[in-house]
Amino acid sequence: MTIGDAITVRDLTRRFGRFTAVDRISFDVERGEIFGFLGANGAGKSTTIRMLCGLLKPTSGTAVVGGVDVSRDPEAVKQRIGYMSQKFSLYEALTVDQNIRFWGAMYGLDDDQIARRRTFVLEMAGLAGRENTKARELAGGWRQRLALGCAILHEPPIVFLDEPTGGVDPVSRRQFWRLIEDLSRSGVTILVTTHYLDEAEHCHRIAIINAGKLAAIGTSHELKQIFADRPIVEIHSIRPVDVMKALDQMDEIQKTTLFGTAVHAVLKPGRIDAAALRDRLQAQGFEIRAIDRVMASLEDVFLDVVERAS
Amino acid sequence: MRKAIAVGRKEFRQILRDRLSLLILMFVPAFFLLLYGYALNFDVQHIRLAVEDNDRTSASRQLISAFVNSGYFDLAAYVTDDRDYERLIDQGDIRAALVIPPRLQERLIAGQRVPVQVIVNGDNANTAATVMGYALSILRTSSTEYQVQPVSLETTSSGPLISVEARVWYNPELRSALFLVPGLIAYIGMISAVISTALSVVREKERGTMEQVRMAPLSTFAYIVGKTLPYFCISMGSSIAIVLASMVLFGLPMNGSWLLLILSLSLYLAGALGLGLMISTIAESQQAAFQMALLASFLPTMMLSGFVFPIASMPAAIRAVTYIVPARYFLVALRSIVLKGAGLPVFWPQLVALAVYAALMLTMASRRLHRQWT
Repeated sequence: MTIGDAITVRDLTRRFGRFTAVDRISFDVERGEIFGFLGANGAGKSTTIRMLCGLLKPTSGTAVVGGVDVSRDPEAVKQRIGYMSQKFSLYEALTVDQNIRFWGAMYGLDDDQIARRRTFVLEMAGLAGRENTKARELAGGWRQRLALGCAILHEPPIVFLDEPTGGVDPVSRRQFWRLIEDLSRSGVTILVTTHYLDEAEHCHRIAIINAGKLAAIGTSHELKQIFADRPIVEIHSIRPVDVMKALDQMDEIQKTTLFGTAVHAVLKPGRIDAAALRDRLQAQGFEIRAIDRVMASLEDVFLDVVERAS
Repeated sequence: MRKAIAVGRKEFRQILRDRLSLLILMFVPAFFLLLYGYALNFDVQHIRLAVEDNDRTSASRQLISAFVNSGYFDLAAYVTDDRDYERLIDQGDIRAALVIPPRLQERLIAGQRVPVQVIVNGDNANTAATVMGYALSILRTSSTEYQVQPVSLETTSSGPLISVEARVWYNPELRSALFLVPGLIAYIGMISAVISTALSVVREKERGTMEQVRMAPLSTFAYIVGKTLPYFCISMGSSIAIVLASMVLFGLPMNGSWLLLILSLSLYLAGALGLGLMISTIAESQQAAFQMALLASFLPTMMLSGFVFPIASMPAAIRAVTYIVPARYFLVALRSIVLKGAGLPVFWPQLVALAVYAALMLTMASRRLHRQWT
């Protein structure tokens, strides 16, 4: 890999008939970076990834992945990337070992390379000793790690993960992210889409895409700055739904969200603080157990960005 | 090529582990062979016959044994009264009755015409006609020795001046099995090759492995070769197994060259695999693929190939359609090889047609698949 950006995207656009799925998106991903791609279903995440992988031709704009222009040489892109999707596309009837050998051959590895990478993948996925288990008999977490292993057999400098942790238990998800972080430290660039906003915290930088447009981009810390002058308070009470209704009546409150049994309220800049809000609520007869200013979560950011964009 | 081999090896392993594929590839052909081989039989044999012998002489006994020894009739009962065989026919115990008049031998020796009565149950017109045909030919043969005249033949006592000596070549006993079994081979080969190929590609679409394969630097050509080769080998194996089984079970002869048979089979199966691939580029689910494959292979091969209905007797419009049914060409080649022992000079146009069909199908399917990939 040459030094510099692993992925460069400029004004990338894709139309399907009259519908614009991806609308003039531009961003750069550095080498070794974990880049998160957030967006609702149908926002254009998958279309973007498919273009970056060389599966779909852009209508206009350019994307350079691993030094290759995807619209000029999609086949060369394929050799430089690894791809893994939610479906964990393994052959279920084949054993762990047979899957590894098959995908190794697909990426043009010779027997020595396959043997070497096989050891690496088995160790990485924690599947040593289970080489002859059929893929369909593996639990979700193992299958997912095996799928990742198969996707990086050819040691690609860039890896695309399309909602890789769907349907996997939390422990396996954490293990999986540890693998991703290891890969990133070894210099592999990772572009990942996810539904789980807590997972997005693992990303070095995040892009939020909405209705085909790039709505926000930056580190998790930078994105949260949109709440810098708008405090978020978390209110615990016995009747959260009624509290929420009361808050919605107040001019000083921008919006409210229910977080489990607590209520999150975004305060308008400089109008009211947590202590004053407690007094107001108690004056209305609510029993308030706790009211604290909290850090904005990525979920707050995501919802705010999407609401403002539409 | 290494990649194509890897795809092929993977496919073989999947087939071995996939019960549905195995079932389609192994048991369906065997099942069809037995079912159609035995059920699709236009021959009439073991006709249960009652005899009313009012003569009881060596001449009458000789006539009865001529019926029994023909192999078509089983002697079911001797009756003495007209009402007995009426009852037996009504009960379905017998299909035919032979009534020999009194003084048969005496009148034969005197050189007189003797009417012999044959009664056939006509509830199944086809069978009745066949049975009557057998009976007449037996009586005619006997009459040349004994001058017994069948009742329905208007001939003079001196016998016919021109006698017909019919000879049927390649299938002297006119066994319908010999005509049907080649059709069955074509039919089974077509169905198993088309369905299994179509299903195997669509399954990858359904399970999402197709997308993963598309992400790999693998050419459509390598993928198609790897994908079809195992099914080609398996279809070839099962087709040859069917030919062998037909020889054992139905007495199918092998008068021609195995090499030519394998060549014809190869061209035919290549076309079938192409059709299967074509379907897989259209269908999105295994169920849709299965139905399309069945419709595209089952009906035309059954109805329009000359397997069951002779092409020559079809209306012109339908006859025109048969030209795009590959089984039509394959059947001619197959019957020529196994029944007639004929060589290339006889059926090379059929092989050319098969090759053109296969090339066309495979090219069209590859093109479609390639377009879908990029």
